[in-house]
Amino acid sequence: MSKELIRLVDCSMAFDGELVLDHINLYFNDSEFLTLLGPSGCGKTTTLRIIGGFLTPTSGEVLFDGVRMNDIPPHLRQVNTVFQRYALFPHLNVFDNVAFGLRIPKTVEENGRKRKAKVPEAEIKERVLEMLEVVSLKGFENRRITELSGGQQQRVAIARALVNRPKVLLLDEPLGALDLRLRKDMQNELKRIQQQLEITFIYVTHDQEEALAMSDTIVVMDQGKIQQIGTPEDIYNEPKNAFVADFIGESNILDGIMHEDYVVEFFNRKFKCLDKGFAPMEPVDVVIRPEDIDIVPVEKGQLRGTVTSVTFKGVHYDTIVDFKGFKWLIQTTDYHPEGETIGIVLNPDDIHIMRKSQYSDMFGDYSSYSEEYEELEDATLGVEEEPQEGGDEK
Amino acid sequence: MKNKRSLFAVPYVGWMALFVVAPIVMVVIYAFTAAGGGLTLENFSRMGSYAVVFTRSFHLALIATAICLLIGYPVAYMISREGPGLQRVAMMLIMLPMWMNFLLRTYSWMSILENTGLLNRFFSAIGLFKLLNTVFGTDLEYFAMINTKGAVVLGMVYNYLPFMILPIYSVIAKMDGSLLEAARDLGANSFGVFRKVILPLSLPGVLSGVTMVFVPSVSTFAISKLLGGSNELLLGDLIEQQFLGTAYNPYLGSAIALVMMVIVVVCMALMNRFGEGEEQAVML
Amino acid sequence: MKRGGIFLNRVFMALVFLFLYAPIFVLIVFSFNNSQSRTVWNGFTLHWYVELLQDRQIMNALSTTLLVSLLATLIATAAGTLAAIGFFNMKKRWRTPLMTVNNIPMTNADIVTGVSLCLLFVAFFGEWEVFARWCNSVQGLFRLPVRLHMGFGTLLIAHITFNIPYVILNVMPKLRQMDKNLIDAAQDLGCTWMQAFWKVVLPEIKPGIVSGALIAFTMSVDDFIISYFTAGSGTSTLAMVVYGMTKLRISPKINAISSLLFITVLTLLIIVNVREARQEKQIAQRRL
Repeated sequence: MSKELIRLVDCSMAFDGELVLDHINLYFNDSEFLTLLGPSGCGKTTTLRIIGGFLTPTSGEVLFDGVRMNDIPPHLRQVNTVFQRYALFPHLNVFDNVAFGLRIPKTVEENGRKRKAKVPEAEIKERVLEMLEVVSLKGFENRRITELSGGQQQRVAIARALVNRPKVLLLDEPLGALDLRLRKDMQNELKRIQQQLEITFIYVTHDQEEALAMSDTIVVMDQGKIQQIGTPEDIYNEPKNAFVADFIGESNILDGIMHEDYVVEFFNRKFKCLDKGFAPMEPVDVVIRPEDIDIVPVEKGQLRGTVTSVTFKGVHYDTIVDFKGFKWLIQTTDYHPEGETIGIVLNPDDIHIMRKSQYSDMFGDYSSYSEEYEELEDATLGVEEEPQEGGDEK
Repeated sequence: MKNKRSLFAVPYVGWMALFVVAPIVMVVIYAFTAAGGGLTLENFSRMGSYAVVFTRSFHLALIATAICLLIGYPVAYMISREGPGLQRVAMMLIMLPMWMNFLLRTYSWMSILENTGLLNRFFSAIGLFKLLNTVFGTDLEYFAMINTKGAVVLGMVYNYLPFMILPIYSVIAKMDGSLLEAARDLGANSFGVFRKVILPLSLPGVLSGVTMVFVPSVSTFAISKLLGGSNELLLGDLIEQQFLGTAYNPYLGSAIALVMMVIVVVCMALMNRFGEGEEQAVML
Repeated sequence: MKRGGIFLNRVFMALVFLFLYAPIFVLIVFSFNNSQSRTVWNGFTLHWYVELLQDRQIMNALSTTLLVSLLATLIATAAGTLAAIGFFNMKKRWRTPLMTVNNIPMTNADIVTGVSLCLLFVAFFGEWEVFARWCNSVQGLFRLPVRLHMGFGTLLIAHITFNIPYVILNVMPKLRQMDKNLIDAAQDLGCTWMQAFWKVVLPEIKPGIVSGALIAFTMSVDDFIISYFTAGSGTSTLAMVVYGMTKLRISPKINAISSLLFITVLTLLIIVNVREARQEKQIAQRRL
């Protein structure tokens, strides 16, 4: 049974009257890899900065091991942070950067007396070298920060935080500045380090793939609220609302009506599903993942539609199919040319029912679907920063 | 959190209030005070008789500023084209004379420009005067250089030229090299690159250079005294006379200083509007 | 065509440097002249240097100049750095007007700064006299000096006042360039804000502080006008001594002291630059 380390109770944060964090309740367990996932401005970095001690919540409580920490400054908290763009000290070399935290005399209480304790230099050396080995930077001690590549700087930043043996490591979009290939490598690396050291990682990202690949738990956030908490599988397979369904992976979201338990109607047709507990005839959102749809000959299909575009994606084809004016994305390994009329079959476990939410109807069909749009959106997410402290004028 | 650090500025804000704002308020008060006390505009009306000094000061300062710009811009530009080592040495050489007090350097010009000074001796040694006298039938023994307007302008240019070069250089040196390449790539020739890219981008440096040359030039008094003798009285001399000189009258002196300050501020404001209110260019 | 252009450029540059250094050269040469004349060469001597050392007035002025410049630079650098950090953390609504006031001593004519400070000091001394007399009359415990004069104190205040803006001007951009996360990172690693300041902020903005101090010192040494109005009659900087002499006759001792100053500065600069160049070379070598 894992132990609870940090708990946020009803935390809200407002900058200049604007609510950035809206009554968040969240707890973090020992040695878990938890990801705060959401688009820019969703409050994930604010949450991280509250835990790190750089922000004090406007209301609510921050508890570490059950003790209120709201007003404890960052340097007295047993958490360390890996910053966006690393924030390495340019005037120090790799060794001195990593040793930085260890060289700060800490006030310790001993027999009721406070005194400054210094880590002996020999121990510092040992710990720094050990940590550099953990992040695979052995032999880089005397390099200047400016001489390192992005990935290497990233590793130094991680080592610098971990050498202090924090209970929790906070990572604020640490891979955002790396290119795709390096990002994949670092994902594995981070996961390995986390498992090796058995400490809690709280990871902030807007990249859903990253979140799915690394996390034990994902917290999906939007507009300052938690949308869903769960394992990557839960979040992907059982999204709670249209926002989560759309943000994590691709999904076809359509309006439906729940006739009774296990029966849903959409496109004027009843389908079997695995969901229950809705009121009779309750309007719902129906999510169907593009890879779950099977294309069959027209006569065998439950629904029929016309292929309007096909894009080859390597492993599969992204096929856009028009069903009575509603365009679906279907991912199949079979090629169906544009203009072909096809049928589809939906199995009960392909259909996922969600209650209506504020996000219903915000995500239309795939009629304007294009790879480029998606990428453009991602690019802006990467560049924008969440409002920080007091919203300093730019 | 943010506001707590801003308290670091409090002592200096107090200092500014005492030693920057209060003194200027004093000048304003004095300018409107009669010698015997009481409010008056007399100090300003009396200034009419000094109109010639005003015109002379602004006239000479303008010429000096223009010359500084004409010399300083090309120098700054050429230095910025050199290798980094040479650039550093050159900028050091530009700064270095400033470490010798400007009065000492100006004093040295006296010995060069005097009627029996080095320059005239040099001309006489190469037989220039003899040549001129035989050709034109004149009776020249020396060129009268000192105690002329020209000498004063020379003194200004000499002393304030570094103030023109430094800001222009720092702006040009910081310019992104790829910008120039982009301009070339888009078909501009060397002159085009200069006119369309470098010149507009270096304008903030030019503006701050012009300010830094014009303001001390228009208000100087030592240079005019040393190189202009008593012939070329400038605003600075006028003000100095009212405070520490023979014509002791700090009220009139304040009024003159105030008028000068206002004219300069208006000029600068106009110029900055023209430069679209760029951030003040930094000296180094 | 192009080659010729470069040649012409070099000639132009050489002429400009000749213009800048000719008077200094003349000054130095005539400091060794074996006569009072500053235009006729009468043979080599070190006579003026010997006399210089015995000249109390010049030596006093020299020590005043150096002392006021050093003190003003030190105080202005510390105060200016602190003020820059304060301004940097200020909301823009406050910062903009304060920075405008801060720029006044830099953009204002020296003579206006000098005259206005002079007025302030005189007015203050007047008020002080009234206050001191009153104070002395109502109690007998201590006596306040009744008459205050302009002197080293006022000179120092004036120099600090016109130096601080240059320090701020140099430190501010460094603060702006600094990655804001660095302070967070230092605090995250266990520093208090103060420790973070010493360990991280200061090393980061050090180049700005150094160049600010350098400019402040230059301005102090170079200043004549403001000193002239704020030093009073008892205190003189070197420039004021020279100015006083121009009315009569300038002694070649002045040439001698100028030459000494110039050579000192030149040597210092060369040492610093050679050192920097060497360090850069070392770094470059390490990278290979």
